[in-house]
Amino acid sequence: MLASLIGFLGDFDLAEEAAKEAFAIAAERWPRDGVPANPGGWLQTTARNRAIDRIRRDRTLAAKTRLLEVPDTVDDDDLEETIFADERLELIFTCCHPALAVDAQVALTLRTLGGLSTDEIARAFLVPEPTMAQRLVRAKHKIAAAGIPFRVPPAHLLPDRLVAVLAVVYLVFNEGYGGRGDLAAEAIRLGQALAELMPDEPEVLGLLALMLLHDARREARIRDGELVLLRDQDRALWNDVQIEAGQIALDRALALQGHGPYVVQAAIASLHAEQPVDWPQIAALYGELARLTRSPVVELNRAVAVAEAEGPERGIALVDRLDLGEYQYFHSTRAELLRRLDRLDEARTAYTRALALTTTGHERRFLEKRLAELADR
Amino acid sequence: MKYALLIYSDDAPDAWAKLSEAEQNALMGEYFAISELPQTFGGAQLQPASTATTVQVDGGNTLTTDGPFAETKEALGGFYLVEADDLDAALEIAARIPAARMGGSVEVRPLVER
Repeated sequence: MLASLIGFLGDFDLAEEAAKEAFAIAAERWPRDGVPANPGGWLQTTARNRAIDRIRRDRTLAAKTRLLEVPDTVDDDDLEETIFADERLELIFTCCHPALAVDAQVALTLRTLGGLSTDEIARAFLVPEPTMAQRLVRAKHKIAAAGIPFRVPPAHLLPDRLVAVLAVVYLVFNEGYGGRGDLAAEAIRLGQALAELMPDEPEVLGLLALMLLHDARREARIRDGELVLLRDQDRALWNDVQIEAGQIALDRALALQGHGPYVVQAAIASLHAEQPVDWPQIAALYGELARLTRSPVVELNRAVAVAEAEGPERGIALVDRLDLGEYQYFHSTRAELLRRLDRLDEARTAYTRALALTTTGHERRFLEKRLAELADR
Repeated sequence: MKYALLIYSDDAPDAWAKLSEAEQNALMGEYFAISELPQTFGGAQLQPASTATTVQVDGGNTLTTDGPFAETKEALGGFYLVEADDLDAALEIAARIPAARMGGSVEVRPLVER
């Protein structure tokens, strides 16, 4: 019984204490009320409940730190039982505290909230398991030693901290979007949990909507191992249920007056899913997003939308104002616009630059195909 | 919990000399206010790193060298010792230290408590 309790609680002292209490209660009640039908199960449940009460009561850091110690063997149902909704929320803010390195934030979040094993996380991020284990241990040690609090941050800190939490979830999603579907699903699950925990935060809903809308097109995005551009995708392969769920989350975010970066990106993703695509509206939203983020990558996306809405001349004029020399998509976007403008030599040069910078197989093949097409002209 | 707030800033003393007397007084007032906080239980301002002497003992021989342990552009210029509920509370005090917004950095380190 003790071993199972330790496994469940991840803490030896707490388990021992809880077992003692359970026996004490049994000694008092069984003679009075009779021995229960399943004495072992009764003791187990009582001890667990005692321990949970204790964790709840004892809001000191030491007790909360135990939440980080998710045993590798515990199944999901047990996890849900151990960690209550408000504690899950505190936990994610702890895991994504800016005093921890971002890779440690991501790993801790996947471990403690996603329930992934250390080995699974290590494989997802292509590092050896001992490296990931060490990263987790170091992060947990820092939480305890540096006194990173277990709580939802107070109002004056919340906006910044929420940005960090959402960034971690989106990072997990993007890691999955590049090919690891299970990580994308995990990110969506985390997003859904956050949306349940913070139903009135528009940016949380915005991020959830954004992930659902992007992920809904997963099946259509790759055909025979090749990358398919949005305009060429087979819409029958889109996941309508996910698009619907994304749309609901987005509508709710908009109803809450949301206009932060994730809400705007979700609105753009939603417009992309409509037919015909409203490019002028998408360009306007990218303008809004550029204002919010001051990101040249967003400007690049705006240039693409402007090119669709007003023609490639207007698009290339915007692209050429940007300084993104080492960014693969800067060159591939320029190449595409130059190709449409029949400036073929320049297009070839730009495709070649993009090809040199690309790291994924299907993007490489896509660019090689484009170059081969240009060679015939 | 107890924390040390270690203040690192540009070691060149002329940056300070360039400030007007009123600006210097205002900054000193800010530093003084932090040392007067109920959470603060210690601290000191250090003379510039150019006044430092470093000592090492190797096989019973004392080796004394001029200068700080490490020559860096930013040097430890002072510290506070504070008592705070958690890291967030310590970080809030650290963010009030003028050096943090004047190109310097404040390192927040928990103390070993025995």
